[in-house]
Amino acid sequence: MVMEIVCPAGTPAAMRAAVSAGAHTVYCGFADETNARNFPGLNFGRNEMREGIAFAHAHGSQVLIAINTFPRAGDEGPWHRAVADAQSCGANAVILADIGLLDYAARHHPDLRRHLSVQAAAANADMINFYADTFGVKRVVLPRVLSVPEIAAINAETAVETEVFVFGGLCVMAEGRCSLSSYATGLSPNMNGVCSPASHVDYHNDNGVLDARLGGYTIHRVQKDKPAPYPTLCKGCFSTTDKTGHLFEDPVSLNAEQLIPQLQKAGVTALKIEGRQRSRSYVAQVVRNFRAAVDALEAGQPMPEGMLARLSEGQAMTTGAYKKTWR
Amino acid sequence: MPHPSAPIPQTPTAVALPLRLLPLGPLSLSLTAYSRSVARRHPGLFRRLGAYNHTRFVLDPTDLPFVICLDPNGGVPRVTLTRGQGDGAARIAGPLAALLGMVHGAFDGDALFFSRDLVIEGDTSAALALRNAIDDAELDLSQEITRLSGPFAAPLQRLFALMERRSGVSLTRSKEVDAW
Repeated sequence: MVMEIVCPAGTPAAMRAAVSAGAHTVYCGFADETNARNFPGLNFGRNEMREGIAFAHAHGSQVLIAINTFPRAGDEGPWHRAVADAQSCGANAVILADIGLLDYAARHHPDLRRHLSVQAAAANADMINFYADTFGVKRVVLPRVLSVPEIAAINAETAVETEVFVFGGLCVMAEGRCSLSSYATGLSPNMNGVCSPASHVDYHNDNGVLDARLGGYTIHRVQKDKPAPYPTLCKGCFSTTDKTGHLFEDPVSLNAEQLIPQLQKAGVTALKIEGRQRSRSYVAQVVRNFRAAVDALEAGQPMPEGMLARLSEGQAMTTGAYKKTWR
Repeated sequence: MPHPSAPIPQTPTAVALPLRLLPLGPLSLSLTAYSRSVARRHPGLFRRLGAYNHTRFVLDPTDLPFVICLDPNGGVPRVTLTRGQGDGAARIAGPLAALLGMVHGAFDGDALFFSRDLVIEGDTSAALALRNAIDDAELDLSQEITRLSGPFAAPLQRLFALMERRSGVSLTRSKEVDAW
């Protein structure tokens, strides 16, 4: 069975690009804080979502709606409405993280398929099976902290489908538990849908030297002609008493393309591409690349060499935790 | 349409230098009329700008001797060409080919930022909103011109295609996009 390519779409144009490029499935979100990419100019109004899903379905692709932030105490309404609207728009599934929202969706929208977001940080079979038994979760997006053998071990102990990230930005911590953005800006991906919000980012260019500040903190200074990273604290370059370096994580992108055969053997159902904040050009290129890879795998051919370095943060790539060479 | 991994072309000095003599006032008026025509056909672009629908942007083609000040003005845009830095809440600077390539879906804005081909200054949030709104609008700036050109539309379209092939600069919307 062909592995499913799950592609990002931050706008209706990006959704059309993903579908056209061969995405089996597209994931996206409403234009509010119910999704973890709540950036200016991104995401879908209700009518846009309805039309986008109709377009995707007409071309044989599925659409998942991410409602993967954590509802605010005393103000759960927007998250409940998002679940209801996802169903009425015709979504094939919702991607949820919060236990309360999973419970709400299971009780009020039992026919709406539920996936567990990476934001829930479910990283072992017991936890995944709990979500499946309690809330009827059919698929889990695994955190980017697991090696391939660990993923295989999980799949051996659960009937829940697993989806893993194969390309795009990396988070340094178990997803859903990072407070770095909150520390610097008061806003977080978990609660507000924004990591290192653009409203708190300042760039200063001085003779080609790029300073990036987040919430007033200088988090990196990039010399002329060197690749620039995203302005996130986790990719920041900091000075300590005797050296300067990336304290948490190097600014690189995940690329697990060459590991796709191993991920298939480990029992993975779907391959997820990060990047709802990226353009339709990115979506088309990355989707086409990964679709070619899974089609080659299905045909028994070697993995094609990708051409994705230019699209990568810092113009560098890693296989991340899938190969834990530091152990 | 240039390949996304191709180097970003720079406007040759022989082309950029004579542009110093351009009368920017009349050109600004023409571009304002043109942008309003685009706005009428793509109202979603301005909706997507949201809170930044009245924010003034400076678009700086670094290989040309002027900058473009764009005031969305709630969907009735004004364009002003000016020499020097220009004045606006957010500045997006890069070679003309990079800016046009983003508009036409040939290049990814984040990738251009990573490679330092694109520089953002001022209100980062506004710049991001503009980038995303334009990306979603699926503009074809050549087509927007030929649409206004009556009987000259077909030869102009052929001219744009020729210029695109010769220069490597994205002047039309990606054919991959058209294939949708």
